[in-house]
Amino acid sequence: MIDKRVDGLDAALAGIAPGASIMISGFGNAGIPANLLEGLGAMGLSGLTVILNAIRRLEESNPVFFAEGQIDHVITTAFRGPGQETAAFERQWQDGKLTFEIVPQGTFAERIRAGGAGVPAFYTPTAAGTPLAEGREQRDFDGQTCILETALTADVALLRAQKADRYGNLFFTGTQSNFGAAMATAARLTIVEVEEISAQTLRPEQIHLPGIYVQRVLQAARQD
Amino acid sequence: MATPLTREQMAWRAAQDLPDGAYVNLGLGMPVLAANYAPSDREIFYHSENGILGVGPVAQGAEIDPELVDAGSQRVTLRDGASVFDSAASFAMIRGGHIDITILGGFQVAGNGDLANWDANVPNKGPLIGGAMDLAAGAKAVYVIMRHCTRDGGARLVTTCSYPLTAPACVKRVYTDLAVMDVNAKSSSFVAREVIPGLSREELTAATGAPLIFAPDCGDLLAPELPAD
Repeated sequence: MIDKRVDGLDAALAGIAPGASIMISGFGNAGIPANLLEGLGAMGLSGLTVILNAIRRLEESNPVFFAEGQIDHVITTAFRGPGQETAAFERQWQDGKLTFEIVPQGTFAERIRAGGAGVPAFYTPTAAGTPLAEGREQRDFDGQTCILETALTADVALLRAQKADRYGNLFFTGTQSNFGAAMATAARLTIVEVEEISAQTLRPEQIHLPGIYVQRVLQAARQD
Repeated sequence: MATPLTREQMAWRAAQDLPDGAYVNLGLGMPVLAANYAPSDREIFYHSENGILGVGPVAQGAEIDPELVDAGSQRVTLRDGASVFDSAASFAMIRGGHIDITILGGFQVAGNGDLANWDANVPNKGPLIGGAMDLAAGAKAVYVIMRHCTRDGGARLVTTCSYPLTAPACVKRVYTDLAVMDVNAKSSSFVAREVIPGLSREELTAATGAPLIFAPDCGDLLAPELPAD
């Protein structure tokens, strides 16, 4: 029998080890796995690599990751804090305690999608002719210069959905899906917090992400 | 005495060029204001790269859904016929050449259409790209709204961008507070289509750091009075 429901944060996050690479969904305030992030931060792991759209949100919501130096490396589309002040993660980067890789957002999404789909690399015109192309393998297709981008995978993906059933099938609302749908396919352990675990199995046509990509689901109310 | 356009007027002018039936992505800042000013008889679908085709007005009161936001993290509504999808699908829409027009902000645009809008080399700050490189490389047409000059009077329309590029040779048209100009990539120059009344050709040329040609039918750049957003 398949039952991917877990009780409590400890069971949801069990087994995540120091040095893990962790994909975190969320764009704006939609699709943020806030409960799982709180639990992860409290575990006090070190040497983490985080893969997420914008790092500033993580510092704003969970400063513990930076205060305790839990994160070594960041893969992101936005490595910038708000306003003119230098954010904690910007300072840690300047002090050599943290490294990052900056990626255009579409390339970021596609690298994750590729990681989940067994495509090791692909060519794209995005970022060709920019400083990001320096040192990259390049090739022209139909007169257009493209650069080679490699797939992204991770040990863990954390995401939020509206509804799940015991099979781990997911239903998203609004713009909650964002990076989570692809991240779930690219991680070896996908953990999802949901507003509601449906007692009834989701209707097949309602399922945005099939349960094959999900290992654990935790019911946890949205944090505002 | 020539009066430069306000940011709302620049956005208004750009919005007049969005045709009926267009799928359009508006960048943060001045570009997103254009959605307020497109003629109401045109059906335009605004794309938001976090996963919306058909962004509606900002949500008020009971309309608010905290899990429904646009790329500027605003809580929005959806228009009739809208759809939502994940980020990989959203960027496939951009990168696959399905978006008709993107309007972006800019730090600099070169006469050959090069765009720099993501890294102004601010000390002690990290870089932020977001979706700009994908939009600049993938949309069918790239328009830019930006002030004609920097705060201290330096040129933003240049021969060669000094800031890191977002994408080479991508910009078709630029809307500034002084003029509407097309990029003439073949001759690496700008072609003025409209200029604000009272500004002489010599003054506009002096404010432009790249070769500037005046279209034979170059006219006045006019916009209505608009309240500040």
